[in-house]
Amino acid sequence: MIVAKRKPFDEIMDMLKDYKKVLNVGCGTCVSVCLAGGEKEVHVLNSELEMARKLADNPIELGAYTVERQCDREYLAELDDKVKDYDAVVSMACGVGIQFLAERFPDKPVFPAVDTAGLAVNQAVGWYEERCRSCERCVLGWTGGICPVTMCAKGLYNGPCGGTNKGKCEISQDQPCAWYMIYERLAAQGRLDHIKKIRDPYDWVDTTPRTLIQPGYKKPEEVE
Amino acid sequence: MRLEYPTNVKIILVPCSGKVDVLHLMRAIQKGADGVYVVGCLEGTCHYNEGNYRARERVEHVRTLMEEVGLEPERVRMYNLSSGEGPTFAAYAKEMTENIKELGPNPLKDKG
Repeated sequence: MIVAKRKPFDEIMDMLKDYKKVLNVGCGTCVSVCLAGGEKEVHVLNSELEMARKLADNPIELGAYTVERQCDREYLAELDDKVKDYDAVVSMACGVGIQFLAERFPDKPVFPAVDTAGLAVNQAVGWYEERCRSCERCVLGWTGGICPVTMCAKGLYNGPCGGTNKGKCEISQDQPCAWYMIYERLAAQGRLDHIKKIRDPYDWVDTTPRTLIQPGYKKPEEVE
Repeated sequence: MRLEYPTNVKIILVPCSGKVDVLHLMRAIQKGADGVYVVGCLEGTCHYNEGNYRARERVEHVRTLMEEVGLEPERVRMYNLSSGEGPTFAAYAKEMTENIKELGPNPLKDKG
């Protein structure tokens, strides 16, 4: 899932210092599961903001509303008659949700309250580890199910590099070498020949936003 | 035992200290309480294994939030005792009350 972490409180305070009536919008999907921007976190942040602004003799009126998903039009529509009552909006969704919210209400300042931190697995309650960089060129089939783009410090599609050192990465003894792990797993599975498949390097030039339309579907504006 | 403890302490019963949420503690301070403390079972004796450890983590988190807000983190605390320790309960209530009195009233109360 997409994971995020709450922005430092001072940064949020600074963004909101000129606004007196603010709606804080949570997201009920990924950031809710990763305990960063769901209904509860909206109320905790509002509680902090209300107290801090009161202490600073600059009181703020805060609204709280959590939609099922901020990356879906149908859920954002619930906010249409609410946002107009506020000077600004805070979003606790991932970067995708924040942008979609800002796009729907272009005349309102929209501020992020979280930093989106990647696509991660849940290791334990509140503990997440990144596993995917959504490169759109998945090589997991040839790398023993270990992503070199995410797990290798250089994001190498072909490895290891000269910095591999007894199973560790040259950047830190705490960082395993992704390509060493890939080698070990492929060897255990008797598939070492797969490590020799050379993949073209990723073309990082002109990285424009990607659009994905699944087969059999149309762009939203083409839907009657 | 007919033990006495300060009358300013208001008790809210919960089934386990692990039930206490960050928001419960925040709301107490936000609504003007001078301090709030959680009394859980002794560490290692939780009927639900880790309820009191979770409570301690949450109390620590709220103390961090209090600092961010600009309030003294000492207004929020965690104590542990067993259900048979009435005198310790009264002693903790007294200690907490004295600590809070030193800090003074919750500054939010003057702000309307």
